[in-house]
Amino acid sequence: MSKTVTFRITRGTGEKTELVDYQTEVGEGMVVLDAVHQIQAESAPDLAVRWNCKAGKCGSCSAEVNGMPRLMCMTRLGEINLDEPVTIEPMRTFPLIKDLVTDVSWNYEVKKRIKKMKPRKPDNEDGSWLMDQEDVERPQEFRKCIECFLCQNVCHVLRDHKLHAEFAGPRHFVYAAQLEMNPIDTADRLEDLKGPDGIGYCNITKCCTKVCPEHITITDNAIIPLKERVVDKFYDPIGKLFRVFSSRDS
Amino acid sequence: MGDWDTFDYDVIVIGAGGAGLRAAIESAERGCKTALVCKSLLGKAHTVMAEGGCAAAIGNVDERDNWQTHFADTMRGGQYLNNWRMAEHHAKEAPDRVRELESWGALFDRTKDGRIMQRNFGGHKYPRLAHVGDRTGLEMIRTLQDHAIHQTIEVHMEVTCLKLLKDGERVSGVVAYERERGRFRVFKGKAIVLATGGFGRAFRITSNSWEYTGDGQSMAYHAGAELKDMEFVQFHPTGMVWPPSVRGILVTEGVRGEGGVLRNSEGKRFMFDDIPPLYKHQTADNEEEGFRYTQGDKEARRPPELLTRDHVARKIMKEVREGRASPHGGVFLDIAWIKDRVPGGAEHIKKKLPAMHHQFKELAEVDITEVPMEVGPTTHYAMGGVSVDGDTQMTNVPGLFAAGEVAAGLHGANRLGGNSLSDLLVFGRLAGEHAAKFAGETSSGSVDEADIKQAFADALAPFERESEENAYMIQKELQGKMQDLVGIVRKEDEMKEAIAVIDQLQGRSAKVGVDGNRDYNNGWHTALDLLNLMTVSEAVARSALDRKESRGAHFRDDFPQKEEAEANHNTYIKKGPDGEMQLSRKEKEPLRDELEKIIAEEQK
Repeated sequence: MSKTVTFRITRGTGEKTELVDYQTEVGEGMVVLDAVHQIQAESAPDLAVRWNCKAGKCGSCSAEVNGMPRLMCMTRLGEINLDEPVTIEPMRTFPLIKDLVTDVSWNYEVKKRIKKMKPRKPDNEDGSWLMDQEDVERPQEFRKCIECFLCQNVCHVLRDHKLHAEFAGPRHFVYAAQLEMNPIDTADRLEDLKGPDGIGYCNITKCCTKVCPEHITITDNAIIPLKERVVDKFYDPIGKLFRVFSSRDS
Repeated sequence: MGDWDTFDYDVIVIGAGGAGLRAAIESAERGCKTALVCKSLLGKAHTVMAEGGCAAAIGNVDERDNWQTHFADTMRGGQYLNNWRMAEHHAKEAPDRVRELESWGALFDRTKDGRIMQRNFGGHKYPRLAHVGDRTGLEMIRTLQDHAIHQTIEVHMEVTCLKLLKDGERVSGVVAYERERGRFRVFKGKAIVLATGGFGRAFRITSNSWEYTGDGQSMAYHAGAELKDMEFVQFHPTGMVWPPSVRGILVTEGVRGEGGVLRNSEGKRFMFDDIPPLYKHQTADNEEEGFRYTQGDKEARRPPELLTRDHVARKIMKEVREGRASPHGGVFLDIAWIKDRVPGGAEHIKKKLPAMHHQFKELAEVDITEVPMEVGPTTHYAMGGVSVDGDTQMTNVPGLFAAGEVAAGLHGANRLGGNSLSDLLVFGRLAGEHAAKFAGETSSGSVDEADIKQAFADALAPFERESEENAYMIQKELQGKMQDLVGIVRKEDEMKEAIAVIDQLQGRSAKVGVDGNRDYNNGWHTALDLLNLMTVSEAVARSALDRKESRGAHFRDDFPQKEEAEANHNTYIKKGPDGEMQLSRKEKEPLRDELEKIIAEEQK
């Protein structure tokens, strides 16, 4: 398999962008990122693309390939119709820096405000803890996250409604969930999730889950349980009464 | 030009993988104003790629394990060229560093009684690698990152360092550019920690990411620091070989640790053919015993697939060269065969090796629970690097420290799998500690404005030139030549040719021009990386040419045996007064008696 294919790639900075066609020869087993690199080497040396590992482990090369949010390094050309031009555009939810590179720094700011890990006293004298495999498996699913921010990119609360100031987004709910479900953590993040992190804005359309390259069941396993915990704590009148009395007793 | 932003710190850490993050955390905890400068976004550094685990003699799975055994294993693996002081620090401190990660949020796989699970790996006598499936590096970098963001560390993301600044003998700062708009920055610092990783991008087939261009080694060398053991480059035995675009991507040693076996095109377990004498007594001599070992039988000896990486890589090359290769020029790595022998079958494999299952499925359309993988050696790790003091991690340039892959010493002639992640933690912390102490005891040095202006003028020169040469093409040529001439099997005439080629390519790099402007311009970045790649490549070729024997990862076709006469020195590289590369040999420091005894005891 060797053929010449047209790639239609976003070029430009800020608001001034255009789609530019590049042609290059593609071979067996190539992924979209290979084609982008080849175009860089052959005809567009200053084409901006962010990438690191090229093995689906670092989450740097997120983009929209024919409109689908994907990691370029894990998208094989074999699964795309190559008779039509292949469109490669940057993630739309974040400000564009140049070409395929976006400014994702907002994500790093949001993460900082989520309460950090606060472990309980160690179980053993050497400072270690005992945890069952079964109990670590739930948060381990969330710790597979490679921070590609594709979930943030497709979430309509951010993408369409631009509620970046009031909503932490699926990535950070997954992050909060793994902390909340860490067997030795003692911090309480529910008030923040309800308030500044705005988990209530999520109306569980599951777009985030669909695009996650790590196949994390973001909505069902992370967001919904967190929403339930928030409801239990703040909206359940019986539970509230129970807490009032039990705190009096203690 | 003429314009830059200046920042002032106590400690500047360059690189934000495991070592850099750990160093920055330590420095900040000790009250130093700390900067973390990284070439990529935070959390994307190469540590993220580590798969199998982090070696630490916690003894959770086999209580016979202790630091002495870990120390002896590390020294044997390194063919005794290791800096023994570092090997001792490492073996003693790794358990605490691993436990500390749990308090910061890491969640390792567990034993039945709820402690940190440990797995078998090549060259480790006991199951020793704390792990999370086959994505341990991700767990580690994320844990460190999430801890670091709550410290008072100023992070400069997507900022690439170009050149170290000196005040007399000592280091006083570093000049850099940010990728986004190509603007320049000058960081002034009392102490600098290099944690920039390795230089796998000097080779064509590599498991390393684009960042791995030897920046730290090269900057240190040009600032007068010594490089050491540069001939020892580890070729990991198992990288993907098909399809071509993924060639080199790592296939974790964990596959073999879980029972995966290597076969040639004739279906033969060729690893049983040739077991080195150093390891004979602890290696299984039949398939059944080897399998039992991987499934946790403490009486069994390890299968020969779990011999050290240098040996396994050469054995694979031999099969390929002698015509017993798999269809795409590798050999077969089969984990599917254990399906009928373990509870859970295919599910067990997916659970133990989820990332491998995913990687082969997505990139090669191969289901590893059904059919064997095709694998072959890939450039993986630099044992050599910047020479440091074993107790403080300081280089011969006062105030300049190095930790992790960029530093030499811990691994000697060959690194054991799993010793890299623990290296990052132990020596990241140690470098952070001593950089902080150094900063506390000194005042700021001065930086020379003429130096700064020169560095920026050099960086901008490619924009002024007509594009006679293309940076991407020169990089590609260098990678091809290094792979072919200074790769797994080396010969005198080929290495001499390599040195001549590097010289030529260096000349051509000076003619590289770049298009476009300074905004996030990958072509420009590639052009700027070339100097570093050339410097480290030349150091590797010269060091390899000088070592006239085969030892550890360094294999000479013209000197295929270990030589007693070569056993007692390390190779050093330094920049001479006229800018030429100078090589010297230095005798190893004799081991402390107590450590000598441990090694003798473990060899019994």
